[in-house]
Amino acid sequence: MADQRPTTPERAERPRVARAAAKAAANGNGAAEDPRDKMLTTQLKKVRYRADALIEVLHAVQDIYGYLDPVQLRRVATELQLPPSRVLGVATFYHLFTFEPKGDHTCTVCTGTACFVKGADELIAAVEREFGVPEGQTRADNALSLLQARCVGACGLAPVALVDGVVVGKATSESLRKAIDTVGVAPADAAGGAA
Amino acid sequence: MSTPDLFDIAQKEAEAQGSFARTVLCCGSTACMTSGAQAARDAIDEVVAANALEGEVRVVSTGCMGLCSRGPLVKVRRRGEDEVLYADVDGDAARVIAEQHVVAGTPVEQGQLSLDHPFFARQERVVLEHLGEHDPNRIEDYILRGGYKALERAVTEMTPEAVVDVVLKSGLRGRGGGGYPAGNKWALLAKAPGDGKSVIANGDEGDPGAYMDRTIMEDDPHRVLEGLALCAYATGATQGFIYVRAEYPVAVRRLEQAIRQAKRNKVLGKSVFGTAFAFDVEIRIGAGAFVCGEETALMASIMGGRGTPVLRPPYPTERGLWGRPSLIQNVETLANVPTILNRGAEWFASIGTEKSRGTKVFALAGKLENTGLIEVPMGITLREIVEDIGGGVADGKPFKAAQTGGPSGGCIPAEHLDTSMDYESLQALGSIMGSGGLIVMDDEVKMPEVARFFMQFCMDESCGKCLPCRAGTYELHKLLVKVCAGEGTASDLDRLESLCEVVRDNSLCGLGQTAPNPVLSTLRYFRDEYEALVVPAAAPPATAADGASAQDGRA
Repeated sequence: MADQRPTTPERAERPRVARAAAKAAANGNGAAEDPRDKMLTTQLKKVRYRADALIEVLHAVQDIYGYLDPVQLRRVATELQLPPSRVLGVATFYHLFTFEPKGDHTCTVCTGTACFVKGADELIAAVEREFGVPEGQTRADNALSLLQARCVGACGLAPVALVDGVVVGKATSESLRKAIDTVGVAPADAAGGAA
Repeated sequence: MSTPDLFDIAQKEAEAQGSFARTVLCCGSTACMTSGAQAARDAIDEVVAANALEGEVRVVSTGCMGLCSRGPLVKVRRRGEDEVLYADVDGDAARVIAEQHVVAGTPVEQGQLSLDHPFFARQERVVLEHLGEHDPNRIEDYILRGGYKALERAVTEMTPEAVVDVVLKSGLRGRGGGGYPAGNKWALLAKAPGDGKSVIANGDEGDPGAYMDRTIMEDDPHRVLEGLALCAYATGATQGFIYVRAEYPVAVRRLEQAIRQAKRNKVLGKSVFGTAFAFDVEIRIGAGAFVCGEETALMASIMGGRGTPVLRPPYPTERGLWGRPSLIQNVETLANVPTILNRGAEWFASIGTEKSRGTKVFALAGKLENTGLIEVPMGITLREIVEDIGGGVADGKPFKAAQTGGPSGGCIPAEHLDTSMDYESLQALGSIMGSGGLIVMDDEVKMPEVARFFMQFCMDESCGKCLPCRAGTYELHKLLVKVCAGEGTASDLDRLESLCEVVRDNSLCGLGQTAPNPVLSTLRYFRDEYEALVVPAAAPPATAADGASAQDGRA
């Protein structure tokens, strides 16, 4: 709350030093540069390294790397000149941020009120049963993650699920199974009862 | 030319659109897209191209037409003829419609939906007036329909005080749930000393079961911008923010595009309509936190922090973003403002009831024949919404309850179907207007389960700052799980009730204060369901008497 908007030139200058240091450290490790790091740099420039853009930056990290890993969180803290505790505090506060990589495919079942009333729990149970993946987790062979969403805003079509981001409206256990099949996830028995 | 000539833009657009004798409007809303609207659109485009009618037929993907359960929806208009609305239009149906109706001129019987259908006829569209009519991607289409006229008139002909006055007189109240008079808030910010004021559009629609704000932002983004700009002009703010849920990527895209178009046309930016009024808008994206709908939490989130609320006062109009005076208004509230300015406060005040003026958009969902997005004058009865617009409960089952206000609201049982839908009447029943989620339940739905569902939501979403909410929702959820599993006792119900009161009376912000509502309201109207679940105590007669008196006391 007390944070003033960092618009003064001194404040904008300082991160550069820190960035140079971070870069030198990365090069010192002798690791080949990850192209994704550059993508994040672009995003950081876009928000002009403003501390109040922390949430946007965390979204960018998750879009680029798939999840928030500690190395990137540390980099974000350095670049935005924030204490690491602040970055971790914000990252853990919001539900959409995840600290574990997702599977190759994701099935997200909406559990908003309309979907709840129309049997979202049966959909979750069906996917758990048929694909052998517990809710909130990723199958051992990394093929499928099963997640819940708090309302995707398509209540007129409840119950709703998303398979790799594509909405399946008025879903039934059968139509959802088919949609997951279509993206190429084998059912549990075929995958050797994984997870 | 430095100032935009709206008349000029509108005229050009009218000429461009008028050159087409036939128009096909395809609903391109999220719901219809899910049902396969793209296939319908592609088929129509194909037929039009195959007949070389591109110069004759205009095909537009519009915003939400409302009746989401019957999507994809397609409207065909031929000059000099009545328009025809088709429902459930898949790719094949679209091809038939395109060939027979659009090309050959004979309307198709299959899938036709009368526009006199009560779902449409009983609505009164103010906020949603353009939806299903225009292309949300084009500022010209908005301007053609009178868009930005209110803003132009305000900044060139009206004083800020006069704008505040119109909003005050209209009786517009916050559509986010609380129902605080918008004009009062505007007057407070206008009077607040200091510069660097900001206005914020709250598009963090957290109620699971509602999608009004999403649809408004996606399908009429310029209306939100115009409302926000009017608010800024009236209150002396120079910076605007639109806080959107991250779950709504299309809304973010459309709003970003709208801001770019508005700046290019100089209806936003350093000099709005060539006047000294400067106004810029930024979009901020949430990251999944229901509590961010609370205004102080939302501001913390805009500043890049954890969305934890703080005590009010000071109110945001005194100390808001970066310590400067700010104002937060729900997206739907702002979307009403351009029309109020255009048509006058008296006109707006003539809709609705004495204390609840204007219309309200509801996301009608659950076990109804017709589900979708509706806009009705406030004061309409719940029965009219359920039976006429909603077409009654699906499969002829009996109506059990309607839930409004989501996790902060309550249930309305069948005996109160004739309740007027306005802020005060709903509150009197132990529910709230809320942001506009309206979910209808039939007799298959168990009310203690509904209460447990909402309590789990509030427990997950509690930010953890204050104890009554953090621990209270956890304990309430534990009690509800126990009761739903059939392991509770009559004394658990009493504990449930008294704990609800503690959480309601002692929590810091609205989330905790309203979290007990779904439990209290289901206990009030459906106590028998709870009692049927609990293990009978040792002395049944005494317990039953206790339960009955508690019920009388509440009813």
